[in-house]
Amino acid sequence: MDYRTPLAKARGLGSAKAGTAHWWMQRVTAAALIPLSLWWLTFIGHLLKSSYPQTVVWLSKPLNSVLMIAWILAVFYHAGLGLQVVIEDYVHTEWLKIVSVWIVKLAFILLALVAVMAIFNIGKMV
Amino acid sequence: MDQQKKIRPLSPHLQVYKLPLNAVASIVHRITGVILSIGLLLFVGGLLTVSVGEDAYITLQNLMNHALGTLILWLFIYALFFHLCHGVRHLIWDAGSGFEREHMDRNVYIELIASVILTVASFFLL
Repeated sequence: MDYRTPLAKARGLGSAKAGTAHWWMQRVTAAALIPLSLWWLTFIGHLLKSSYPQTVVWLSKPLNSVLMIAWILAVFYHAGLGLQVVIEDYVHTEWLKIVSVWIVKLAFILLALVAVMAIFNIGKMV
Repeated sequence: MDQQKKIRPLSPHLQVYKLPLNAVASIVHRITGVILSIGLLLFVGGLLTVSVGEDAYITLQNLMNHALGTLILWLFIYALFFHLCHGVRHLIWDAGSGFEREHMDRNVYIELIASVILTVASFFLL
């Protein structure tokens, strides 16, 4: 039996100041992704039909580069938060849960950086 | 203690209930979220392919226009639109409305129809 009070158990585990941050950012990124994803589909349209120079020129336009980087940052942030909740709900072994969330987050940061770097490299082609 | 835990009877779990339509939409929202996260890997791959050069780009374009590629692409886009439509409903819930019991099923049909319309419209626009 554990006779400690809930307060005693919570002490030392850090403050609750960031408690709503995860929930809140999930919504903020979701709202941003609605218009961004609709725009993003035009990129898929280019991949399907446009010639190589057309796609490169389109993606290199400042507005399109910025929107694509914005989409990349928002989507990886959003997906990272979402997958974290999925892992936390279904993985019940504490260490595996923590390590899985870390791996997903680190992998997503890396993927986002790779994607942004690709945008810069495509921009240099024009 | 642990032994006692094992033989303790469990209350009826998820599988004995008939899930309301809204609950099905909820789990599909989560599943599409995970699927779309996997799709992000393909997106980064696609972007890298564009940054590599014209030959790689043409290979990618052929893959995407191949029957199987087209099917996979449009399943992803349907997943995107379902996730987007159900996500909008989450944002409406978060704003404090849309909880009327008699509208729950109707709202699921609205998001299903909206996601199909958006997918079909994109298919013809892209």
